[in-house]
Amino acid sequence: MTVALEIKNVSHRFGDFTALDDVSLNINSGDFTVLLGLNGAGKTTLYSLITRLYNNNSGSIQIYGFDVREDSVNALKNIGVVFQQPTLDLDLSVRENLQYHSSLHGISSLDANKRIDNEIVRIKLEDKIKNKIRSLSGGQRRRVEIARSLLHKPKLLLLDEPTVGLDIGSRQMILDHVKTLCKKNNLAVLWATHLIDEIDKGEKVIIIDKGKVLESGDVSKVIKKTKTKNIRDAFNKLVGIK
Amino acid sequence: MDLIIYIRCFKGIVLREALRFVHQKERFFSALVRPLVWLGIFAAGFRSVLGVAIIPPYETYIPYEVYIAPGLIAMIQLFNGMQSSLSMVYDREMGSMKTMLVSPIPRWFLLISKLLAGVFVSILQVYAFLMIASLWDIIPPISGYFTILPALIISGLMLGSLGMFLSSAIKQLENFAGVMNFVIFPMFFASSALYPLWKIEETSEWLYYVCFYNPFTYAVESIRFSLYSQINIEYTIGILLFTFIFLFLSILGYDPARGNLQKKGGK
Repeated sequence: MTVALEIKNVSHRFGDFTALDDVSLNINSGDFTVLLGLNGAGKTTLYSLITRLYNNNSGSIQIYGFDVREDSVNALKNIGVVFQQPTLDLDLSVRENLQYHSSLHGISSLDANKRIDNEIVRIKLEDKIKNKIRSLSGGQRRRVEIARSLLHKPKLLLLDEPTVGLDIGSRQMILDHVKTLCKKNNLAVLWATHLIDEIDKGEKVIIIDKGKVLESGDVSKVIKKTKTKNIRDAFNKLVGIK
Repeated sequence: MDLIIYIRCFKGIVLREALRFVHQKERFFSALVRPLVWLGIFAAGFRSVLGVAIIPPYETYIPYEVYIAPGLIAMIQLFNGMQSSLSMVYDREMGSMKTMLVSPIPRWFLLISKLLAGVFVSILQVYAFLMIASLWDIIPPISGYFTILPALIISGLMLGSLGMFLSSAIKQLENFAGVMNFVIFPMFFASSALYPLWKIEETSEWLYYVCFYNPFTYAVESIRFSLYSQINIEYTIGILLFTFIFLFLSILGYDPARGNLQKKGGK
């Protein structure tokens, strides 16, 4: 099995505040891994380091063997990202937003339009392609962002709290869509969330709190190790929620 | 990485800026109205107060409107540079700057492309202004419409990169509004945009030096000379130097290893 993301001994500080403390983790291709932590646990900082928005000053981060610091070009080519904040241009249409992203990856217009047409069918928004982002619902915008993150055919998909603020229906739809992509395309997915009900039994989980990885592995293994009944209890026990 | 990838990326960034410009028509009109108010009202009032002697590149006495036209052109670029930086602060707060920064294409190239896209938009505004300004008899030689272009590119880059550096150093959108007041107005007034430097020197020597070393003066004078198909070496070297410094600082500001993004903790 190929290692998609390998993080070794990464720490990160903002002044006196330690956002990440000696974090190490591995994600394999084809794995849907949930990064579970409360707000402020360090999930977004970790994503910023993986995507090189910040430089890691300690440890190493490798994406399919490419070091993010040493070979950012090849490392970033393999990543698709959906950020926690909405990142679409509200005044441009769905197609214009997707074309802009394609150009940032050097994809030709002809190729980009083919890929856009494919992805838009997959997220079932064909009829909205000419609409401005402003006119779409929150769930639809998220789907466009997922489609956008896949346009350059990445092998590792990072999603930072992608379902925050969405209704139950949209949440489930997006979750199912990404899980299907993961299985069908052998994508490695790192899904950050604080919503425990987004984790299924057969998946992998990394529990993070106050910048530290407390536990990681198969959900069943984590439950067994913490001697609890389910992942919610395991999380509460590890994080110290009574 | 192949050259074609860089070309596609550059094209995409310029196209996005152009589309945003087209979609935000009010931005275009406000960019035009501002200098026209100065030209139509301020200059009309001041022409009787201020006498302008014959100074290069002019070969004869000129009306005050003609004198301030290059300053107003630079003002369009100053506002545009600051506005596109404002949009970068907005983009960063809203997150869309992140999508650009996580592209595998080198960051310095992305930032310069974004700057040039802003310059392109400002040049469209300048030519629209020049067309309307001809109603006030501001009619440079035909060749001036072409020779002004390189000066506009460099001054646009200088003012845009200054704005970009500020955007990297500013934490929130609200703070940027303050900087606009502390940057735009002092830069504009303490320059040769509204009055020639010799006139300022007559009044106050220290103010003359402030105006003389103000980067905006270099933008105004480069534009002034190029509009009359002339080149002033001193101002050209000065503007290139300032452009290089601001560009270097802004690229440094967005560098993940050393930049301000990191210091701000992702906010």
